[in-house]
Amino acid sequence: MAATVKYDEVTAGQEIPAVEYPVRRVNLVMYAGASGDFNPIHWNERFAKSVGLPDVIAHGMFTMAQGGRFVTDWAGDPAAVVDYGVRFSSMVVVPDDDNGAVITVSGVIEEKLEDKCVVVVLTAKSGDSRVLSKARAVVQLS
Amino acid sequence: MALNRDFVGRAYTAPTPYEVSRVKIKEFADAIGDTNPIYSDRAAAADAGHPDVVAPPTFPIVFSLAGAGEALSDPALGLNYAMVVHGEQRFEYQRPIYAGDRLVCTSTITEIRSVGRNEFLTVRSDVTTPEGELVCRTYNVIVERGGAA
Repeated sequence: MAATVKYDEVTAGQEIPAVEYPVRRVNLVMYAGASGDFNPIHWNERFAKSVGLPDVIAHGMFTMAQGGRFVTDWAGDPAAVVDYGVRFSSMVVVPDDDNGAVITVSGVIEEKLEDKCVVVVLTAKSGDSRVLSKARAVVQLS
Repeated sequence: MALNRDFVGRAYTAPTPYEVSRVKIKEFADAIGDTNPIYSDRAAAADAGHPDVVAPPTFPIVFSLAGAGEALSDPALGLNYAMVVHGEQRFEYQRPIYAGDRLVCTSTITEIRSVGRNEFLTVRSDVTTPEGELVCRTYNVIVERGGAA
């Protein structure tokens, strides 16, 4: 197992280009089933609005998973992620239309550590909101 | 209602090990829209040097709260689930999780604190093999909105 990105070829401050991840209602239904989180705020608009939300919102863990996908696609190996943490700072509202919402993830290599590890800090936005904060992955490169 | 601080330090172990299957890993990868063949194709995983298909980094959310569920739904804790949102999440890996792993999960309530009107509860889950090898640790902060008011 090995990342395709080489430790010696990256520098602190280097940016990882943004990727857009679309999210529609069907994705939330699939995520509910796969994760076991059937909270109706993630699939039932009537219920979501009854508890004061603007509409159905994505699972925080769905958004975190998109950040994970961003990091593993960049590193080239899912097993290269040795530590990954986020704070959920805002919600991703997913309307019931053909477009849904978009989560845009970008990253920057904040620091090079020992053992060929780097710290990648992620920015995840939906619309004008930052949906993750303190999003940070430690990735072991080759 | 404030959460019962007596729960801090209590630990809960899921009654049976969680068996990681190829089918579940593929279902999870499909659900997050990730088509990386390392999650679904044994040959692709083997080519990348893995013994079997690999679980995505956030996969432990599927099973890591199974043990703590009992505590979180205990009326004595006083948690109103309708007001709960996910505050923070972290996964700390000793090694990747593979299909075929049998994982024992022990969850400990490590902290309960008030921030403004909200209650914050942290659960740490230690995920090990039945032989005791630590595979990963997860940290989950849930927020009860208005709980401290």
